[in-house]
Amino acid sequence: MASGATIRGSLRTRLMLLLIGSSAILAIILFVLVRSFAVQIAQQSQDRILLASATSILEAATVRNGEVEIDIPYSAFAMLNTKNDDRVFYKIEQDGVFLSGYEGLISSSGETDSPMFKMEEFNGNVVRVVSESRRLSDDQTTQTLVASVAQTRDSLADTLQDISRTAGILGFGFFVLATALSLWSAAYAIRPLNRMANTVARRGPQDLRAVTQSVPKEMGPLVGALNRLMGRLGASLTQSEDFIAEAAHRVRTPLATVRSHAEATLQRVNKEENRSALRAMIRAIDESSRAAGQLLDHAMVTFRADQIATENVDLGDLCGEIVDRLRPLADMKDIEIALDVRGPAKINGDPILLQNAVRNLIDNALKYSPAESEITLALWTDDKVRLEVRDQGPGFPKDQIEQLPHRFTRGSNAKGTIGSGLGLTIAQDVVTAHKGEMVISNAAEGGGACVNFSFALQ
Amino acid sequence: MRQLFFCIAVIFCSCARAQEFEEQRSFGEPDGSLVLRVISSTDTALFEPIIMGFLADNPAVGIEYFVTGSADLNQAIMQPDTNYDIAISSAMDLQTKLVNDGYALEIDNIDIPDWAHWRHSVFGFTKEPATILLSKSAFAGLQMPSTRQDLISVLRSNPERFRGKIGTYDIRASGLGYLFATQDARTSETYWRLMEVMGNLDAKLYCCSGQMIDDLASGRLSVAYNVIGSYARARSDLDRIIEIVEPADFTTVMMRTALVTARSVKKESAINFLKYLISARWNDADFSETSLPSLAGQPGEQGLPKGVISLGPGLLTYLDSLKRQKFTSEWNDALVQK
Ligand SMILES: Nc1ncnc2c1ncn2[C@@H]1O[C@H](COP(=O)(O)OP(=O)(O)OP(=O)(O)O)[C@@H](O)[C@H]1O
Ligand SMILES: [Mg+2]
Repeated sequence: MASGATIRGSLRTRLMLLLIGSSAILAIILFVLVRSFAVQIAQQSQDRILLASATSILEAATVRNGEVEIDIPYSAFAMLNTKNDDRVFYKIEQDGVFLSGYEGLISSSGETDSPMFKMEEFNGNVVRVVSESRRLSDDQTTQTLVASVAQTRDSLADTLQDISRTAGILGFGFFVLATALSLWSAAYAIRPLNRMANTVARRGPQDLRAVTQSVPKEMGPLVGALNRLMGRLGASLTQSEDFIAEAAHRVRTPLATVRSHAEATLQRVNKEENRSALRAMIRAIDESSRAAGQLLDHAMVTFRADQIATENVDLGDLCGEIVDRLRPLADMKDIEIALDVRGPAKINGDPILLQNAVRNLIDNALKYSPAESEITLALWTDDKVRLEVRDQGPGFPKDQIEQLPHRFTRGSNAKGTIGSGLGLTIAQDVVTAHKGEMVISNAAEGGGACVNFSFALQ
Repeated sequence: MRQLFFCIAVIFCSCARAQEFEEQRSFGEPDGSLVLRVISSTDTALFEPIIMGFLADNPAVGIEYFVTGSADLNQAIMQPDTNYDIAISSAMDLQTKLVNDGYALEIDNIDIPDWAHWRHSVFGFTKEPATILLSKSAFAGLQMPSTRQDLISVLRSNPERFRGKIGTYDIRASGLGYLFATQDARTSETYWRLMEVMGNLDAKLYCCSGQMIDDLASGRLSVAYNVIGSYARARSDLDRIIEIVEPADFTTVMMRTALVTARSVKKESAINFLKYLISARWNDADFSETSLPSLAGQPGEQGLPKGVISLGPGLLTYLDSLKRQKFTSEWNDALVQK
């Protein structure tokens, strides 16, 4: 899918990470907020109870003859009962003088009328202390009573731990949910992109039509650019196809004219040295014409192989056609071409390319094997689809067999024959474009060249 | 009169802070250093079966058992150089204050309902109602009272029969007496009327349940108010002489509690002892012959059983010096009337 593209990062991953990251941050904020809110509430409720206790102590105070009496109600301390059995300390002062309770407790005695709350370390415990004051007077005197009530924070800590756990679970649940949603949203957001990539990838190689399916706004520029690019590509492809045909025509036509002139001249010239000069000329023209033809074929093969158009090709029919077309040429040399179709041989491929390859093989066999011999074109299917061309000639020069399919490479046996050294190259390119394999070898007994194509079963 | 003298002696001793005990006994053969020092307000005889049971399971441990009043016990634990490992007391309020002030060790993993412990430090192991003991002979021909109100009417209508023959705790001398008195007063005003009636009839004051029972047995007393029922029941010889009444209007029930001191240097053994004590009193039927009643309630009973004083910060209220002063003076006005 991504063939040829330089991949760096992923939109989907990036989108997902962003979403997950932000939900993680939100989850943490949620946790912190819930927790700090809970801390506040829990502290407030402890403060309220402590204050109620201090107030009920002060309410129970009376002054008689300048002497303070406090009948602490049972509920003053009983109301401080907690789940975790928190400790309770208290202190009652009259005008800064200790009356009863725990003397070591530091009360923030009231210059103000409103109650004072604070944390304190007492008796090895951290306690919350509330100090409340009340003015009392009888006929002669006025005194200020301060009641401080303190309580440890075990139960509070427990509650906070519970709340923290709940808040943690809440935050985590939120995060998990958000992550799942992020995965889904990322996939959903990226879906039009995938859909377009799929439709474009499914197209045949010649299909360079503009993409017309509707896409989200953000993809508009990309699709527009793609459409324009494909338009240009289509135009330039048509151009170069035309160019190749045109070029072949342009080169071959004048060569043919020159050749017919030279041949006509040859009829009229008697002087041996002029005749041989003309023959050399005709040969050179043949070489040029052949070279031009092969070059154009090669160019065509290269071009088509780049974006191979596949259709179901019956190699038997294809070879039959070629053999029929070449038979007159073979007859001239008294060579028999036998088509040996041993079974169905079908592949997915480009018939024009395959034709070109097979024609070049038969062409070689005709060129390099002696008259009155036989060429066999065999077709069969075993684990692969196979096509083999054998002749009864001298075979490939043994020491060059490796290099022969290279461009413009001709064998030592090719002196005197017209050729450009591109035939096997074309065959090799075609086979490679079909993901097949070409093996060239010599039959063991009495030489005989043998070229074998093998293609994967369709 | 001798009893009164004895009570005064006890008060005097506690004031002088001489560490003298009502009883002191060693159990087991302390061949090593592992001797647990248990200070208790419970008579040795009542506690002995439990100690013996524990020693049978832990032969390497010895126990020294000191008996003293609950107020003295409280003072002893608060001493900076205290060397007791375990404190067992019937004064729930004093025990609670010891825990609140950090003198007790927190012990986890003790299987006990929430209402029977406070801060995992003080653990209840008996349930003992405060009862009214009546001499059957003194009430001959009279309706046996079953509530405080009944008692008040009987006393009022027969002042001469009961004058000088009524006993109750001296709340100034007895921690338990103070606890019972304050809880009664908290529950009902009837308490004060009863105290006034008893005061008018020259009530005698005692430091301990044991002596009230003795005087009842010998006929010196006809009525004893707020005596621990279990002590009376333990004296099977008194079955025919004494009637034990759990007042029907309301019964105050005390839990005997135990704690391991924070300063104990034999914490592990002390904790073992405590666990043994609790499991014995909670589950074990083997101890039915001991006179300490078990805590295990009726099956299906949940939460704090009826009448039981609940452990918690509320108990600190009457220990406040101002509150105590006020309560004691009211009590004095009602009962002593001097
Ligand atoms: N059937 C054959 N028998 C013997 N030698 C062969 C045979 N086919 C090819 N060769 C050798 O392989 C060489 C390369 O063949 P190739 O078809 O590529 O070039 P060519 O035939 O020389 O030129 P052209 O491009 O015109 O076909 C030939 O020059 C020849 O030496
Ligand atoms: Mg060739």
